[in-house]
Amino acid sequence: MTAYPASSPHAAADPAPTAPGGVDPSVHGRPSLLRLTGVELRKLTDTRSGFWLLVVIALLSAGIVAVVVFVSPDTDQRFDNLFALAQFPVGILLPILGILLVTSEFSQRTALTTFALVPRRHRVVVAKLAAGTLAALAAVVVSLVTTAAGTLLATLDGGTPDAWSASLPAVLGSAVFQIVSVLMGIAFGLLVQNTPLAIVLSLVLPIAWSTLGELVARLRTAAGWLDTGLTTAPLVEPPTAGELTAGQWARLAVSVLVWVGIPLVAGLVRTVRREVS
Amino acid sequence: MITVEHLSKRYGARTVVNDVSFTCTPGTVTGFLGPNGAGKSTTMRMICGVTPPSGGTARVHGVDYRRLPNPGREVGLLLDAGAQHPGRTGRETLLLSAAIMGLPRRRVDECLDRVGLSPAVAKRRIRGYSLGMRQRLGLAQALLGDPRVLILDEPANGLDPEGILWMRGLLRDFADRGGTVLLSSHLLREVEAVADQLVVIGSGRIVAQGSKDDLLAGAGALVRAQDPRALRAALKRAGLPIRASTDGGLLVGAEPGVVGQAAADAGVALRELRPAESAGLEQVFLALTAGDGAREVGR
Repeated sequence: MTAYPASSPHAAADPAPTAPGGVDPSVHGRPSLLRLTGVELRKLTDTRSGFWLLVVIALLSAGIVAVVVFVSPDTDQRFDNLFALAQFPVGILLPILGILLVTSEFSQRTALTTFALVPRRHRVVVAKLAAGTLAALAAVVVSLVTTAAGTLLATLDGGTPDAWSASLPAVLGSAVFQIVSVLMGIAFGLLVQNTPLAIVLSLVLPIAWSTLGELVARLRTAAGWLDTGLTTAPLVEPPTAGELTAGQWARLAVSVLVWVGIPLVAGLVRTVRREVS
Repeated sequence: MITVEHLSKRYGARTVVNDVSFTCTPGTVTGFLGPNGAGKSTTMRMICGVTPPSGGTARVHGVDYRRLPNPGREVGLLLDAGAQHPGRTGRETLLLSAAIMGLPRRRVDECLDRVGLSPAVAKRRIRGYSLGMRQRLGLAQALLGDPRVLILDEPANGLDPEGILWMRGLLRDFADRGGTVLLSSHLLREVEAVADQLVVIGSGRIVAQGSKDDLLAGAGALVRAQDPRALRAALKRAGLPIRASTDGGLLVGAEPGVVGQAAADAGVALRELRPAESAGLEQVFLALTAGDGAREVGR
Protein backbone atom coordinates (compact mmCIF):
# COMPACT_ATOMS: atom_id res chain seq x y z
CA MET A 1 0.00 0.00 0.00
CA THR A 2 2.92 2.28 0.69
CA ALA A 3 3.94 2.10 -2.95
CA TYR A 4 0.82 4.00 -3.88
CA PRO A 5 0.49 6.99 -1.60
CA ALA A 6 -2.90 8.55 -1.38
CA SER A 7 -2.88 12.00 -2.84
CA SER A 8 -5.15 14.79 -1.83
CA PRO A 9 -7.04 16.52 -4.60
CA HIS A 10 -4.98 19.61 -3.88
CA ALA A 11 -1.84 17.80 -4.94
CA ALA A 12 -3.15 17.96 -8.48
CA ALA A 13 -2.21 21.61 -8.69
CA ASP A 14 1.26 20.91 -7.39
CA PRO A 15 3.58 19.80 -10.18
CA ALA A 16 6.37 18.26 -8.14
CA PRO A 17 5.45 15.82 -5.37
CA THR A 18 6.55 12.29 -6.01
CA ALA A 19 6.78 10.07 -3.01
CA PRO A 20 9.88 7.90 -2.83
CA GLY A 21 9.27 4.43 -4.13
CA GLY A 22 6.05 5.37 -5.86
CA VAL A 23 4.48 7.59 -8.41
CA ASP A 24 2.06 10.20 -7.22
CA PRO A 25 -1.24 9.93 -9.10
CA SER A 26 -1.24 13.67 -9.57
CA VAL A 27 1.75 13.63 -11.96
CA HIS A 28 -0.68 13.07 -14.81
CA GLY A 29 -2.15 16.50 -15.40
CA ARG A 30 -5.72 16.89 -16.45
CA PRO A 31 -6.40 17.24 -20.17
CA SER A 32 -6.53 20.87 -21.28
CA LEU A 33 -9.65 22.36 -22.83
CA LEU A 34 -7.66 22.83 -26.03
CA ARG A 35 -6.96 19.09 -26.16
CA LEU A 36 -10.59 18.23 -25.42
CA THR A 37 -11.77 20.64 -28.14
CA GLY A 38 -9.44 18.93 -30.60
CA VAL A 39 -10.97 15.57 -29.65
CA GLU A 40 -14.50 16.91 -30.15
CA LEU A 41 -13.58 18.31 -33.57
CA ARG A 42 -12.20 14.92 -34.45
CA LYS A 43 -15.45 13.23 -33.36
CA LEU A 44 -17.30 15.48 -35.82
CA THR A 45 -15.44 14.02 -38.75
CA ASP A 46 -14.39 10.48 -37.88
CA THR A 47 -17.72 8.71 -38.48
CA ARG A 48 -19.40 8.30 -41.83
CA SER A 49 -22.54 10.17 -40.73
CA GLY A 50 -20.55 13.07 -39.29
CA PHE A 51 -18.33 13.29 -42.34
CA TRP A 52 -21.25 13.29 -44.78
CA LEU A 53 -23.17 15.86 -42.76
CA LEU A 54 -20.20 18.22 -43.20
CA VAL A 55 -20.01 17.39 -46.91
CA VAL A 56 -23.75 17.99 -47.34
CA ILE A 57 -23.51 21.36 -45.57
CA ALA A 58 -20.72 22.44 -47.94
CA LEU A 59 -22.48 21.03 -51.03
CA LEU A 60 -25.84 22.67 -50.23
CA SER A 61 -24.21 26.02 -49.67
CA ALA A 62 -22.34 25.64 -52.98
CA GLY A 63 -25.49 24.32 -54.68
CA ILE A 64 -27.68 27.27 -53.78
CA VAL A 65 -24.97 29.61 -55.07
CA ALA A 66 -24.79 27.62 -58.32
CA VAL A 67 -28.57 27.74 -58.76
CA VAL A 68 -28.62 31.53 -58.44
CA VAL A 69 -25.64 31.94 -60.78
CA PHE A 70 -27.22 29.82 -63.51
CA VAL A 71 -30.93 30.58 -63.08
CA SER A 72 -31.51 33.99 -61.49
CA PRO A 73 -31.39 37.34 -63.30
CA ASP A 74 -27.95 38.91 -63.55
CA THR A 75 -28.82 41.68 -61.14
CA ASP A 76 -29.11 39.15 -58.28
CA GLN A 77 -25.68 37.72 -58.97
CA ARG A 78 -23.78 39.86 -56.55
CA PHE A 79 -21.41 38.66 -53.85
CA ASP A 80 -23.53 39.97 -50.97
CA ASN A 81 -26.69 38.28 -52.30
CA LEU A 82 -24.99 34.98 -52.96
CA PHE A 83 -23.27 35.03 -49.57
CA ALA A 84 -26.57 35.66 -47.76
CA LEU A 85 -28.25 32.80 -49.64
CA ALA A 86 -25.38 30.44 -48.91
CA GLN A 87 -25.99 30.95 -45.18
CA PHE A 88 -29.47 29.42 -45.19
CA PRO A 89 -28.76 25.74 -45.77
CA VAL A 90 -25.82 26.04 -43.39
CA GLY A 91 -28.04 27.67 -40.78
CA ILE A 92 -30.53 24.80 -41.01
CA LEU A 93 -27.95 22.00 -40.79
CA LEU A 94 -25.56 23.44 -38.20
CA PRO A 95 -28.09 23.02 -35.35
CA ILE A 96 -28.39 19.36 -36.35
CA LEU A 97 -24.61 19.05 -36.25
CA GLY A 98 -24.69 20.60 -32.76
CA ILE A 99 -27.43 18.22 -31.64
CA LEU A 100 -25.57 15.17 -32.95
CA LEU A 101 -22.35 16.30 -31.30
CA VAL A 102 -24.14 15.86 -27.96
CA THR A 103 -26.84 13.22 -28.49
CA SER A 104 -24.63 10.71 -30.34
CA GLU A 105 -22.66 10.34 -27.10
CA PHE A 106 -25.82 9.03 -25.47
CA SER A 107 -27.37 7.13 -28.38
CA GLN A 108 -24.07 5.40 -29.23
CA ARG A 109 -23.20 5.12 -25.52
CA THR A 110 -19.76 6.63 -25.97
CA ALA A 111 -20.63 8.97 -23.07
CA LEU A 112 -19.56 6.15 -20.77
CA THR A 113 -15.95 6.39 -22.00
CA THR A 114 -16.02 10.16 -22.43
CA PHE A 115 -17.22 10.88 -18.92
CA ALA A 116 -15.06 8.16 -17.36
CA LEU A 117 -11.98 9.82 -18.89
CA VAL A 118 -13.22 13.35 -18.09
CA PRO A 119 -15.31 13.08 -14.90
CA ARG A 120 -15.65 16.86 -14.74
CA ARG A 121 -18.38 16.66 -17.34
CA HIS A 122 -18.83 20.40 -17.78
CA ARG A 123 -15.37 20.45 -19.37
CA VAL A 124 -16.60 18.11 -22.09
CA VAL A 125 -19.57 20.42 -22.66
CA VAL A 126 -17.29 23.47 -22.90
CA ALA A 127 -15.11 21.58 -25.40
CA LYS A 128 -18.20 20.72 -27.45
CA LEU A 129 -19.30 24.36 -27.47
CA ALA A 130 -15.82 25.39 -28.63
CA ALA A 131 -15.74 22.68 -31.31
CA GLY A 132 -19.22 23.70 -32.51
CA THR A 133 -18.15 27.35 -32.70
CA LEU A 134 -15.07 26.44 -34.73
CA ALA A 135 -17.22 24.31 -37.05
CA ALA A 136 -19.59 27.28 -37.54
CA LEU A 137 -16.66 29.56 -38.38
CA ALA A 138 -15.31 26.96 -40.79
CA ALA A 139 -18.74 26.82 -42.45
CA VAL A 140 -18.67 30.60 -42.94
CA VAL A 141 -15.20 30.35 -44.48
CA VAL A 142 -16.39 27.61 -46.84
CA SER A 143 -19.42 29.70 -47.84
CA LEU A 144 -17.08 32.65 -48.49
CA VAL A 145 -15.09 30.47 -50.86
CA THR A 146 -18.14 29.09 -52.70
CA THR A 147 -19.65 32.58 -52.91
CA ALA A 148 -16.42 33.98 -54.35
CA ALA A 149 -16.34 31.15 -56.90
CA GLY A 150 -20.00 31.84 -57.79
CA THR A 151 -19.39 35.56 -58.15
CA LEU A 152 -16.39 34.89 -60.36
CA LEU A 153 -18.53 32.64 -62.60
CA ALA A 154 -21.24 35.30 -62.73
CA THR A 155 -18.83 38.04 -63.76
CA LEU A 156 -17.36 35.83 -66.51
CA ASP A 157 -20.64 35.82 -68.47
CA GLY A 158 -21.11 39.58 -68.25
CA GLY A 159 -22.51 40.00 -64.75
CA THR A 160 -23.52 43.15 -62.98
CA PRO A 161 -21.47 46.17 -62.09
CA ASP A 162 -20.59 46.24 -58.41
CA ALA A 163 -20.72 42.41 -58.26
CA TRP A 164 -17.94 42.20 -55.65
CA SER A 165 -19.67 44.36 -53.09
CA ALA A 166 -18.71 42.52 -49.94
CA SER A 167 -18.77 44.00 -46.47
CA LEU A 168 -17.01 43.00 -43.28
CA PRO A 169 -20.17 43.39 -41.15
CA ALA A 170 -21.93 40.91 -43.43
CA VAL A 171 -19.22 38.32 -42.82
CA LEU A 172 -19.17 38.96 -39.09
CA GLY A 173 -22.98 38.92 -39.02
CA SER A 174 -23.00 35.53 -40.73
CA ALA A 175 -20.43 34.23 -38.27
CA VAL A 176 -22.63 35.31 -35.35
CA PHE A 177 -25.69 33.79 -37.07
CA GLN A 178 -24.00 30.42 -37.59
CA ILE A 179 -22.51 30.33 -34.10
CA VAL A 180 -25.96 30.99 -32.63
CA SER A 181 -27.34 28.18 -34.85
CA VAL A 182 -24.82 25.58 -33.71
CA LEU A 183 -24.95 26.59 -30.04
CA MET A 184 -28.74 26.33 -30.11
CA GLY A 185 -28.36 22.80 -31.44
CA ILE A 186 -25.90 21.88 -28.69
CA ALA A 187 -28.18 23.43 -26.05
CA PHE A 188 -31.21 21.45 -27.31
CA GLY A 189 -29.11 18.30 -27.51
CA LEU A 190 -27.97 18.70 -23.90
CA LEU A 191 -31.49 19.41 -22.70
CA VAL A 192 -33.32 16.62 -24.55
CA GLN A 193 -30.46 14.06 -24.96
CA ASN A 194 -32.39 12.29 -27.68
CA THR A 195 -31.50 12.81 -31.35
CA PRO A 196 -34.89 12.74 -33.14
CA LEU A 197 -36.69 14.65 -30.40
CA ALA A 198 -34.01 17.35 -30.25
CA ILE A 199 -34.02 17.75 -34.05
CA VAL A 200 -37.81 17.96 -34.23
CA LEU A 201 -37.98 20.44 -31.34
CA SER A 202 -35.22 22.65 -32.74
CA LEU A 203 -36.98 22.76 -36.13
CA VAL A 204 -40.59 22.89 -34.99
CA LEU A 205 -40.45 25.21 -31.98
CA PRO A 206 -39.08 28.26 -33.86
CA ILE A 207 -41.54 27.68 -36.74
CA ALA A 208 -44.47 27.26 -34.37
CA TRP A 209 -43.39 30.36 -32.52
CA SER A 210 -43.08 32.37 -35.78
CA THR A 211 -46.49 31.22 -36.94
CA LEU A 212 -48.07 32.12 -33.60
CA GLY A 213 -46.39 35.51 -33.72
CA GLU A 214 -47.86 36.11 -37.18
CA LEU A 215 -51.34 34.92 -36.27
CA VAL A 216 -51.88 36.37 -32.83
CA ALA A 217 -51.64 40.14 -32.81
CA ARG A 218 -50.91 40.35 -29.09
CA LEU A 219 -47.86 38.11 -29.49
CA ARG A 220 -46.33 40.21 -32.23
CA THR A 221 -44.40 42.47 -29.87
CA ALA A 222 -43.08 39.48 -27.94
CA ALA A 223 -42.15 37.72 -31.19
CA GLY A 224 -39.99 40.69 -32.10
CA TRP A 225 -37.88 39.86 -29.06
CA LEU A 226 -38.18 36.08 -28.93
CA ASP A 227 -38.53 34.76 -32.49
CA THR A 228 -34.95 33.92 -33.50
CA GLY A 229 -36.05 33.90 -37.15
CA LEU A 230 -36.87 37.59 -36.83
CA THR A 231 -34.07 38.64 -34.49
CA THR A 232 -31.27 36.94 -36.46
CA ALA A 233 -32.49 38.12 -39.87
CA PRO A 234 -30.63 41.47 -39.73
CA LEU A 235 -27.38 39.51 -39.31
CA VAL A 236 -27.59 37.98 -42.78
CA GLU A 237 -30.11 39.89 -44.90
CA PRO A 238 -28.56 42.15 -47.51
CA PRO A 239 -28.02 44.95 -48.21
CA THR A 240 -27.35 45.89 -44.57
CA ALA A 241 -26.34 42.42 -43.31
CA GLY A 242 -24.56 42.54 -40.01
CA GLU A 243 -25.19 46.23 -39.47
CA LEU A 244 -27.53 46.05 -36.49
CA THR A 245 -28.93 48.93 -34.52
CA ALA A 246 -28.65 48.91 -30.74
CA GLY A 247 -32.30 47.89 -30.57
CA GLN A 248 -31.72 44.98 -32.94
CA TRP A 249 -28.72 43.79 -30.93
CA ALA A 250 -30.86 43.92 -27.79
CA ARG A 251 -33.60 41.84 -29.41
CA LEU A 252 -31.01 39.36 -30.67
CA ALA A 253 -29.45 39.10 -27.21
CA VAL A 254 -32.81 38.48 -25.53
CA SER A 255 -33.87 35.80 -28.03
CA VAL A 256 -30.47 34.07 -27.78
CA LEU A 257 -30.67 34.13 -24.01
CA VAL A 258 -34.07 32.43 -24.13
CA TRP A 259 -33.41 29.89 -26.91
CA VAL A 260 -29.74 29.16 -26.28
CA GLY A 261 -28.84 30.35 -22.78
CA ILE A 262 -31.68 28.78 -20.81
CA PRO A 263 -31.66 25.34 -22.50
CA LEU A 264 -27.85 25.34 -22.31
CA VAL A 265 -27.79 25.90 -18.55
CA ALA A 266 -30.64 23.45 -17.91
CA GLY A 267 -29.02 20.90 -20.25
CA LEU A 268 -25.63 21.32 -18.59
CA VAL A 269 -27.13 20.65 -15.16
CA ARG A 270 -28.93 17.61 -16.53
CA THR A 271 -25.81 16.27 -18.22
CA VAL A 272 -23.58 16.74 -15.19
CA ARG A 273 -26.06 15.00 -12.89
CA ARG A 274 -27.35 12.23 -15.07
CA GLU A 275 -26.37 8.63 -14.68
CA VAL A 276 -24.51 7.37 -17.72
CA SER A 277 -25.50 3.89 -18.80
CA MET B 1 -5.88 0.43 -4.21
CA ILE B 2 -9.67 0.61 -4.24
CA THR B 3 -11.59 1.41 -1.08
CA VAL B 4 -15.35 1.03 -1.05
CA GLU B 5 -17.20 2.08 2.10
CA HIS B 6 -20.92 1.66 2.77
CA LEU B 7 -21.77 2.22 -0.88
CA SER B 8 -25.52 2.22 -1.61
CA LYS B 9 -27.71 2.90 -4.60
CA ARG B 10 -31.46 3.33 -4.53
CA TYR B 11 -33.79 3.92 -7.45
CA GLY B 12 -36.96 5.13 -5.79
CA ALA B 13 -38.01 2.42 -3.36
CA ARG B 14 -35.77 -0.20 -4.97
CA THR B 15 -32.37 -0.71 -3.37
CA VAL B 16 -29.90 -2.05 -5.93
CA VAL B 17 -26.74 -1.80 -3.86
CA ASN B 18 -27.04 -1.95 -0.09
CA ASP B 19 -24.18 -0.90 2.22
CA VAL B 20 -21.34 -2.52 0.27
CA SER B 21 -17.82 -2.25 1.68
CA PHE B 22 -14.60 -3.90 0.50
CA THR B 23 -10.98 -3.13 -0.26
CA CYS B 24 -8.79 -4.18 -3.17
CA THR B 25 -5.08 -3.99 -2.43
CA PRO B 26 -2.14 -3.63 -4.83
CA GLY B 27 -0.72 -6.93 -6.02
CA THR B 28 -4.04 -8.77 -5.84
CA VAL B 29 -6.85 -9.76 -8.15
CA THR B 30 -10.27 -9.39 -6.54
CA GLY B 31 -13.11 -11.37 -8.05
CA PHE B 32 -16.48 -9.67 -7.71
CA LEU B 33 -19.04 -12.45 -7.91
CA GLY B 34 -22.77 -12.51 -8.06
CA PRO B 35 -25.70 -13.56 -10.20
CA ASN B 36 -26.99 -11.23 -12.88
CA GLY B 37 -28.76 -8.25 -11.37
CA ALA B 38 -26.98 -8.56 -8.02
CA GLY B 39 -25.55 -5.03 -8.19
CA LYS B 40 -22.02 -5.74 -9.47
CA SER B 41 -22.15 -3.36 -12.42
CA THR B 42 -23.85 -0.63 -10.41
CA THR B 43 -21.16 -0.89 -7.72
CA MET B 44 -18.38 -0.67 -10.33
CA ARG B 45 -20.06 2.26 -12.05
CA MET B 46 -20.33 4.07 -8.71
CA ILE B 47 -16.59 3.53 -8.10
CA CYS B 48 -15.89 5.27 -11.43
CA GLY B 49 -18.31 8.12 -10.88
CA VAL B 50 -20.53 7.43 -13.89
CA THR B 51 -23.39 6.50 -11.54
CA PRO B 52 -23.89 8.83 -8.59
CA PRO B 53 -24.16 6.83 -5.33
CA SER B 54 -27.11 7.30 -2.97
CA GLY B 55 -24.80 6.83 -0.02
CA GLY B 56 -21.27 5.85 0.98
CA THR B 57 -17.94 6.53 -0.68
CA ALA B 58 -15.57 4.90 -3.13
CA ARG B 59 -11.95 5.93 -3.49
CA VAL B 60 -9.11 4.99 -5.79
CA HIS B 61 -5.63 5.67 -4.36
CA GLY B 62 -7.49 7.41 -1.54
CA VAL B 63 -9.16 9.87 -3.90
CA ASP B 64 -12.70 10.06 -5.21
CA TYR B 65 -12.43 8.89 -8.83
CA ARG B 66 -14.15 12.07 -10.00
CA ARG B 67 -11.34 14.13 -8.47
CA LEU B 68 -8.57 12.33 -10.34
CA PRO B 69 -7.14 14.87 -12.79
CA ASN B 70 -6.49 12.37 -15.57
CA PRO B 71 -8.29 9.19 -14.46
CA GLY B 72 -7.42 7.20 -17.60
CA ARG B 73 -3.77 7.24 -16.48
CA GLU B 74 -4.64 5.83 -13.05
CA VAL B 75 -7.55 3.47 -13.62
CA GLY B 76 -8.20 1.24 -16.62
CA LEU B 77 -11.91 0.67 -17.12
CA LEU B 78 -13.91 -1.90 -19.02
CA LEU B 79 -17.50 -1.31 -17.97
CA ASP B 80 -19.33 -2.25 -21.14
CA ALA B 81 -17.67 -3.55 -24.28
CA GLY B 82 -20.81 -2.64 -26.24
CA ALA B 83 -20.54 1.05 -25.38
CA GLN B 84 -18.49 2.01 -28.46
CA HIS B 85 -19.53 3.98 -31.52
CA PRO B 86 -20.21 1.30 -34.18
CA GLY B 87 -19.24 3.73 -36.94
CA ARG B 88 -15.69 4.26 -35.67
CA THR B 89 -12.82 1.92 -36.34
CA GLY B 90 -11.24 0.18 -33.37
CA ARG B 91 -8.04 2.14 -33.83
CA GLU B 92 -9.88 5.47 -34.09
CA THR B 93 -11.73 4.71 -30.84
CA LEU B 94 -8.42 4.21 -29.04
CA LEU B 95 -6.85 7.26 -30.73
CA LEU B 96 -9.64 9.44 -29.31
CA SER B 97 -9.04 8.10 -25.80
CA ALA B 98 -5.28 8.45 -26.21
CA ALA B 99 -5.75 12.07 -27.29
CA ILE B 100 -7.79 12.82 -24.14
CA MET B 101 -5.17 11.17 -21.93
CA GLY B 102 -2.32 12.89 -23.74
CA LEU B 103 -0.66 9.70 -24.98
CA PRO B 104 1.39 9.26 -28.15
CA ARG B 105 -0.18 7.40 -31.09
CA ARG B 106 2.29 4.54 -30.86
CA ARG B 107 0.79 3.64 -27.48
CA VAL B 108 -2.44 2.79 -29.34
CA ASP B 109 -0.64 0.34 -31.62
CA GLU B 110 1.20 -1.20 -28.67
CA CYS B 111 -2.09 -1.87 -26.86
CA LEU B 112 -3.83 -3.20 -29.97
CA ASP B 113 -0.91 -5.57 -30.39
CA ARG B 114 -0.99 -6.58 -26.74
CA VAL B 115 -4.64 -7.63 -26.85
CA GLY B 116 -4.17 -9.46 -30.13
CA LEU B 117 -6.13 -7.18 -32.46
CA SER B 118 -4.34 -7.17 -35.81
CA PRO B 119 -3.83 -3.91 -37.74
CA ALA B 120 -6.34 -5.21 -40.32
CA VAL B 121 -9.03 -5.71 -37.65
CA ALA B 122 -8.21 -2.39 -35.97
CA LYS B 123 -8.85 -0.61 -39.29
CA ARG B 124 -12.38 -2.03 -39.51
CA ARG B 125 -15.46 -0.32 -38.09
CA ILE B 126 -16.62 -1.69 -34.75
CA ARG B 127 -20.04 -2.46 -36.24
CA GLY B 128 -18.48 -5.58 -37.76
CA TYR B 129 -16.70 -6.76 -34.60
CA SER B 130 -17.62 -9.93 -32.75
CA LEU B 131 -18.28 -9.68 -29.02
CA GLY B 132 -14.84 -11.17 -28.40
CA MET B 133 -13.18 -8.49 -30.54
CA ARG B 134 -15.12 -5.79 -28.67
CA GLN B 135 -13.94 -7.22 -25.36
CA ARG B 136 -10.35 -7.18 -26.59
CA LEU B 137 -10.76 -3.60 -27.78
CA GLY B 138 -12.26 -2.69 -24.39
CA LEU B 139 -9.28 -4.28 -22.68
CA ALA B 140 -6.88 -2.37 -24.95
CA GLN B 141 -8.73 0.79 -23.96
CA ALA B 142 -8.37 -0.10 -20.28
CA LEU B 143 -4.63 -0.73 -20.63
CA LEU B 144 -4.03 2.36 -22.78
CA GLY B 145 -3.09 4.81 -20.02
CA ASP B 146 -0.71 2.31 -18.36
CA PRO B 147 -2.85 2.42 -15.17
CA ARG B 148 -2.11 0.76 -11.85
CA VAL B 149 -5.73 -0.16 -11.23
CA LEU B 150 -7.99 -2.18 -13.52
CA ILE B 151 -11.77 -2.32 -13.07
CA LEU B 152 -13.31 -4.82 -15.47
CA ASP B 153 -16.99 -5.71 -15.66
CA GLU B 154 -17.51 -9.22 -17.04
CA PRO B 155 -14.35 -9.08 -19.19
CA ALA B 156 -14.52 -12.74 -20.16
CA ASN B 157 -17.92 -12.38 -21.85
CA GLY B 158 -17.66 -13.43 -25.47
CA LEU B 159 -14.04 -14.56 -25.24
CA ASP B 160 -13.22 -18.05 -26.47
CA PRO B 161 -11.48 -20.47 -24.08
CA GLU B 162 -8.09 -19.47 -25.45
CA GLY B 163 -8.96 -15.81 -24.98
CA ILE B 164 -10.04 -16.43 -21.39
CA LEU B 165 -6.76 -18.20 -20.67
CA TRP B 166 -4.84 -15.31 -22.23
CA MET B 167 -6.78 -12.76 -20.21
CA ARG B 168 -6.10 -14.62 -16.96
CA GLY B 169 -2.39 -14.50 -17.72
CA LEU B 170 -2.58 -10.81 -18.47
CA LEU B 171 -4.43 -9.99 -15.24
CA ARG B 172 -2.19 -12.23 -13.13
CA ASP B 173 0.87 -10.55 -14.60
CA PHE B 174 -0.64 -7.10 -14.04
CA ALA B 175 -1.27 -7.87 -10.34
CA ASP B 176 2.12 -9.52 -9.86
CA ARG B 177 3.77 -6.31 -11.00
CA GLY B 178 1.98 -4.46 -8.20
CA GLY B 179 -1.28 -3.54 -9.90
CA THR B 180 -4.76 -3.75 -8.40
CA VAL B 181 -7.44 -5.67 -10.29
CA LEU B 182 -11.17 -5.78 -9.63
CA LEU B 183 -13.08 -7.99 -12.04
CA SER B 184 -16.67 -9.09 -11.93
CA SER B 185 -18.29 -12.24 -13.16
CA HIS B 186 -21.43 -14.25 -12.64
CA LEU B 187 -19.41 -17.43 -13.19
CA LEU B 188 -17.33 -18.60 -10.27
CA ARG B 189 -15.06 -20.82 -12.35
CA GLU B 190 -14.04 -17.89 -14.48
CA VAL B 191 -12.86 -15.96 -11.46
CA GLU B 192 -11.45 -18.60 -9.16
CA ALA B 193 -8.62 -19.41 -11.56
CA VAL B 194 -7.16 -15.93 -11.25
CA ALA B 195 -8.54 -14.20 -8.16
CA ASP B 196 -6.81 -14.03 -4.76
CA GLN B 197 -9.71 -12.32 -3.07
CA LEU B 198 -13.41 -12.89 -3.53
CA VAL B 199 -16.32 -10.58 -2.87
CA VAL B 200 -19.68 -12.28 -3.32
CA ILE B 201 -22.75 -10.12 -3.75
CA GLY B 202 -26.41 -11.08 -3.91
CA SER B 203 -29.41 -8.75 -4.11
CA GLY B 204 -27.19 -5.75 -3.55
CA ARG B 205 -25.65 -7.04 -0.31
CA ILE B 206 -22.28 -8.61 0.27
CA VAL B 207 -22.90 -12.20 1.34
CA ALA B 208 -19.29 -13.36 1.64
CA GLN B 209 -15.83 -11.94 1.23
CA GLY B 210 -12.29 -12.94 1.99
CA SER B 211 -9.31 -14.67 0.47
CA LYS B 212 -10.09 -17.47 -1.94
CA ASP B 213 -8.19 -19.94 0.25
CA ASP B 214 -10.30 -19.08 3.30
CA LEU B 215 -13.52 -19.44 1.37
CA LEU B 216 -12.26 -22.73 -0.10
CA ALA B 217 -11.33 -24.04 3.33
CA GLY B 218 -14.80 -23.37 4.59
CA ALA B 219 -16.29 -25.26 1.69
CA GLY B 220 -16.54 -28.54 3.62
CA ALA B 221 -16.74 -32.01 2.12
CA LEU B 222 -18.45 -33.63 -0.81
CA VAL B 223 -19.86 -37.06 0.02
CA ARG B 224 -21.78 -39.74 -1.86
CA ALA B 225 -23.33 -42.93 -0.55
CA GLN B 226 -25.00 -46.02 -1.98
CA ASP B 227 -28.04 -45.11 0.08
CA PRO B 228 -28.45 -41.31 0.10
CA ARG B 229 -31.35 -41.42 2.52
CA ALA B 230 -29.36 -43.34 5.11
CA LEU B 231 -26.48 -40.89 4.64
CA ARG B 232 -28.76 -37.89 5.22
CA ALA B 233 -30.11 -39.50 8.38
CA ALA B 234 -26.60 -40.29 9.63
CA LEU B 235 -25.38 -36.73 9.02
CA LYS B 236 -28.46 -35.33 10.70
CA ARG B 237 -27.90 -37.53 13.73
CA ALA B 238 -24.29 -36.35 13.94
CA GLY B 239 -25.48 -32.72 13.71
CA LEU B 240 -23.54 -31.95 10.52
CA PRO B 241 -25.05 -29.25 8.29
CA ILE B 242 -25.98 -30.29 4.76
CA ARG B 243 -25.43 -27.20 2.65
CA ALA B 244 -26.52 -28.48 -0.71
CA SER B 245 -26.95 -31.55 -2.80
CA THR B 246 -25.38 -32.07 -6.18
CA ASP B 247 -26.26 -34.90 -8.56
CA GLY B 248 -26.65 -37.51 -5.86
CA GLY B 249 -23.85 -36.16 -3.64
CA LEU B 250 -24.17 -34.01 -0.57
CA LEU B 251 -22.14 -30.96 0.32
CA VAL B 252 -21.51 -30.98 4.05
CA GLY B 253 -20.21 -28.10 6.10
CA ALA B 254 -17.58 -30.18 7.90
CA GLU B 255 -14.14 -31.69 7.34
CA PRO B 256 -14.09 -34.98 5.36
CA GLY B 257 -12.75 -36.83 8.42
CA VAL B 258 -15.72 -35.80 10.52
CA VAL B 259 -18.14 -36.76 7.77
CA GLY B 260 -16.47 -40.17 7.32
CA GLN B 261 -16.66 -40.86 11.04
CA ALA B 262 -20.36 -40.00 11.12
CA ALA B 263 -21.03 -42.34 8.21
CA ALA B 264 -18.97 -45.14 9.79
CA ASP B 265 -20.79 -44.73 13.11
CA ALA B 266 -24.11 -45.16 11.32
CA GLY B 267 -22.82 -48.00 9.17
CA VAL B 268 -23.44 -46.16 5.90
CA ALA B 269 -21.26 -47.29 2.98
CA LEU B 270 -19.68 -44.38 1.09
CA ARG B 271 -18.94 -44.25 -2.63
CA GLU B 272 -17.04 -40.97 -2.52
CA LEU B 273 -15.66 -38.61 0.10
CA ARG B 274 -13.39 -35.67 -0.60
CA PRO B 275 -12.75 -32.01 0.31
CA ALA B 276 -15.26 -29.94 -1.60
CA GLU B 277 -12.72 -27.37 -2.85
CA SER B 278 -13.75 -25.71 -6.08
CA ALA B 279 -16.85 -27.84 -6.52
CA GLY B 280 -17.69 -26.82 -3.00
CA LEU B 281 -17.04 -23.17 -3.68
CA GLU B 282 -19.39 -23.39 -6.63
CA GLN B 283 -22.03 -24.79 -4.31
CA VAL B 284 -21.29 -22.20 -1.67
CA PHE B 285 -21.67 -19.53 -4.32
CA LEU B 286 -24.92 -21.00 -5.56
CA ALA B 287 -26.25 -21.47 -2.04
CA LEU B 288 -25.28 -17.96 -1.02
CA THR B 289 -26.88 -16.38 -4.00
CA ALA B 290 -29.56 -18.80 -5.19
CA GLY B 291 -32.18 -17.54 -2.77
CA ASP B 292 -31.49 -14.00 -3.79
CA GLY B 293 -31.56 -14.88 -7.44
CA ALA B 294 -34.88 -16.64 -7.05
CA ARG B 295 -36.32 -13.63 -5.30
CA GLU B 296 -35.04 -11.42 -8.09
CA VAL B 297 -36.79 -13.51 -10.72
CA GLY B 298 -39.95 -13.87 -8.71
CA ARG B 299 -40.31 -10.15 -8.22
